[in-house]
Amino acid sequence: MNIDKKITNDLVANEVSFVTTVPCKQLAGVIEEVDKRDEIFHIPSNKEDEGMGLCAGAWMGGKRPAIIMQNTAIGVTINTLATLIQYYRMPLPMLISYRGELREPVACQVEMAVHTKALLAQMNVPTYHFHQQSDVEEFDAILKYTFMCNKPVAILTDANFWGGYGDQ
Amino acid sequence: MIRSEILKEIAPILRDQLVVCNIGIPSQELHAIDDQPSNFYMLGTMGLASSIGLGLALAQPKTVISIDGDGSVLTNLGTLPTIGNNMPPNYILMIIDNGSYGSTGDQPTYTGKKTDLAAMARAAGCDDVVEVQDVDTGKALQAAIDSGKGTVMVVKCDSGNAKMPVITMDPVVIRDRFMKAVAS
Ligand SMILES: Cc1ncc(C[n+]2csc(CCOP(=O)(O)OP(=O)(O)O)c2C)c(N)n1
Ligand SMILES: [Mg+2]
Repeated sequence: MNIDKKITNDLVANEVSFVTTVPCKQLAGVIEEVDKRDEIFHIPSNKEDEGMGLCAGAWMGGKRPAIIMQNTAIGVTINTLATLIQYYRMPLPMLISYRGELREPVACQVEMAVHTKALLAQMNVPTYHFHQQSDVEEFDAILKYTFMCNKPVAILTDANFWGGYGDQ
Repeated sequence: MIRSEILKEIAPILRDQLVVCNIGIPSQELHAIDDQPSNFYMLGTMGLASSIGLGLALAQPKTVISIDGDGSVLTNLGTLPTIGNNMPPNYILMIIDNGSYGSTGDQPTYTGKKTDLAAMARAAGCDDVVEVQDVDTGKALQAAIDSGKGTVMVVKCDSGNAKMPVITMDPVVIRDRFMKAVAS
């Protein structure tokens, strides 16, 4: 099965019904899939910390949220993760495109890639790294884990996972 | 009027609603004036009161009032287009526009100069935007609730803070009792 569909099906199966996104080229397919599904309210945000605020509100309103964003956004959201999501103990699955890894054509993306895992580790954010397409099999269990422990959880998805960058 | 005088006046209206309150002295004032389980106090994360309130209003049918500040809206300006394009009928964003960063010592913001938050909200796609003077806040807030329309209120008032104790309640307690009030 197509991984965009598999990810979206897992979100729906886990009752994730409120998804905010800021695009990355690698996430285009999954964002399109999320947008198509009636079970999910898709609300694009303008900045990822704003998106996390929306998710916090939606969760307190009884919906299961998720955010889809690029790893550069870790640099945008540290304060929000610490003082909102973690401080008030809220669950938040973060599906993150891991730019700046092998096969990356844009040099600047590497500059945040080298900090990505270190920042997440410093924040004590449980972090999973999808490198092979078959790694997507764990997504369902990661969602269940996130809503069990009420923490933000990162799923880093690199270029190899998404099948490269196509022709550059 | 300063923020705390407005909050005192509208406390009887706020009491029956879900309220998301801005970081710092606004939350301290509301907490001291009329603490309610239906108040969500922000203890940090400047800028996100409007986003949290929008997410909450979209997720459930009860009326939600976010009490925000001019400085906080300016730091999260992307919130206005998101609200303008997704405004639910049960959301009121009330921006206390005192033209300053009150909590940090009343340093001026740009809304006390040339910047017009009501015009920015309209330009961002918000259909029902009202600018009111401090003394009219209660009337305007009640009208917004009764209208059943998503509304952005910009409340022009004086800069200044009441001396109130910091909130020592644990954040998980604030959040848990708030969620119970939401679900009740
Ligand atoms: C990222 C960040 N920068 C600065 C601060 C310090 N800070 C806390 S409240 C505040 C002022 C907020 O002003 P406004 O939203 O207008 O609210 P007011 O107190 O005036 O009602 C500032 C600058 C902070 N908490 N976080
Ligand atoms: Mg202010």
